[in-house]
Amino acid sequence: MADQDLMTTPLHALHAELGGRMVPFAGYEMPVQYAPGVMKEHVHCRSHAGLFDVSHMGQVILRPGSGDAADAARALESLVPQNVLGLAEGRQRYGLFTNEAGGILDDLMIANRGDHLFLVVNAACKADDIAHMRARLPGDVTVEEITDRALLALQGPDAEAVLESLAPGAAEMSFMDVRTLASDCGDLWVSRSGYTGEDGFEISVAADRAEAFARALLDHDAVAPIGLGARDSLRLEAGLCLYGNDIDASTTPIEANLLWAIQKSRRPGGERAGGYPGADVIGAQIDAGVQRLRVGLLPEGRAPMRAGTPIFAGEADTDPIGAVTSGAFGPSIERPMAMGYVSIDHSDVGTKLWGEVRGKRLPVTVQSMPFRPATYKR
Amino acid sequence: MKFTEEHEWLRPEDDEADVVTVGITEHAAEQLGDLVFVELPEEGTTVAKEDEVVVIESVKAASDIMAPVDGEIIEVNAALVENPALVNEDPLGAGWFFKMKVADIGDLDQLMDEAAYKKFI
Repeated sequence: MADQDLMTTPLHALHAELGGRMVPFAGYEMPVQYAPGVMKEHVHCRSHAGLFDVSHMGQVILRPGSGDAADAARALESLVPQNVLGLAEGRQRYGLFTNEAGGILDDLMIANRGDHLFLVVNAACKADDIAHMRARLPGDVTVEEITDRALLALQGPDAEAVLESLAPGAAEMSFMDVRTLASDCGDLWVSRSGYTGEDGFEISVAADRAEAFARALLDHDAVAPIGLGARDSLRLEAGLCLYGNDIDASTTPIEANLLWAIQKSRRPGGERAGGYPGADVIGAQIDAGVQRLRVGLLPEGRAPMRAGTPIFAGEADTDPIGAVTSGAFGPSIERPMAMGYVSIDHSDVGTKLWGEVRGKRLPVTVQSMPFRPATYKR
Repeated sequence: MKFTEEHEWLRPEDDEADVVTVGITEHAAEQLGDLVFVELPEEGTTVAKEDEVVVIESVKAASDIMAPVDGEIIEVNAALVENPALVNEDPLGAGWFFKMKVADIGDLDQLMDEAAYKKFI
C-alpha cells in the first residue's frame, strides 16, 4: 500500500511532534517507536505509565431495538463462544469471533454498557467483523461503527493516579470494569484493561478532543508515549495473543489454549452450550482434546527465536513438531521469549525442545505464560 | 576513519598500519534499534569481503555485519555478547565488533571517507 493511501488517527500530528517513527500498520500510519526506543519505552511502561494510541482499532456499538443490552447479548452469542448474556452491566470480557471450522476470525473485547454492547476489535479485521455482524445478527440489533472517537491506552503502575486526576472515578474501577467518566475533554468511555499485563485503562474519547486529552496525560512526568514496538514486547511478556500471528482462522480457541475464555455455560453440557459458528468442532475439542497447543517457549541462550522458527523434539530430528508464532526479546525479563504451537505430546511445561535459528539447533523450554506476572487490580 | 555502504566504520590502529577496528555507525545503530543479541566470529578466522561475519539482532529483526575487506579476524569484542546494548550506547567506541588484519591495505582506499559517508546517508 502506498503511503498516501494510509489512514491516520486523530493523534497523527502529535506523534510527529513527539518524534514518533511512523510505519504502516493495518492500513494506518502509526508510531513504531519514539526517540527513547523500544527497550526504554517498554521499561518505562512497566515502571511508570505508557500512553498508546490504539485509535486504529475498531470501536463498535451493538444497539438493540429494545434498549436492553441483554437482547444484543443474546444475538452476539450466536457469533462468539462467550457468555455474553451473563456479562453484568459495567463489565467487560475477552471474546472471539469463530468460523464454521472452529477457527478464530478475530479476538475482541465485549463490554455491557447498559442499553448497548460496546466492542473493540482489531484494526486489520474491523471491516470484516462489521460485515460479519451485519450479515449474521438479527435486524433489531444495529451495528454502529464508531468513527468519531479515538482510543487511547494508559498502562502501568502510575496509570490509576494519572487518570484519576483527569477523570475522577477511575481509581474506583476494578480490572475489566467499564464506566463513562466525565473529564475536561468530554465523556470518556473507560475500561480498566489493556494489552500489556499492567494495570491500566483503555479510554475512548471524542476524536476532536483526543489530542488535548493525550497532552493532558503527557503533562504528567510519569507518562511517556509508547510505540507499537514496545506494545508488542509488552503483550508477549504478558502471554497475550496477537491476532494474525498467534491466532487466526486456522487455529481454534482450544488449540490456542484459550479455553479459559469460553465460559462453562457455553461449553458442552452448559445451559447455553454451542450455538456459535464451529461449535461442533470446538465442543469436540473441549471433550476429546487437540493435537497441538499454543505454549510459551523460553530459549535458553540470548538468541531470539522469531516467528516462523521451526521447533523440534530432538536436536537431530528431521521433522518439526511445531513452530514459533511470536518471538522477541523481553526487556523486563531480560531474555528472549516466544510463543508458538507444538504437538500435544510435547506441550507440557518443562519439556526441552529445540528451535532452529540460522541453521543451528538451540535449546528451548516449554514455559507457562505470562512470562512476567500481570499486575491487574482485581 | 573509513566507511562502507553497509554503514560500517573502519578505524586504522595507530601502531599497526594493516589492522583496523570495525563497528557500525551511529546512523546504523539508530536505524536498527536496541540490540539484544550479538554473535561474533572466532578469532583467527580468514574472511573475504562481504562474508557475513557477525550476526546481530535488534528488538525488531536479525541482520548481518559483513567483512568490509579481505583479511583475518584477530580480536572480537566479547563484551558485546553479554551486553549488546553497548552498540547502541557507544557505536563508535565501546560498541566495536572486531579487529581485523587487512590483506591489502590498498582496499581501504576504495571505501568512503567521513565526508563521503555523510553525503551517502
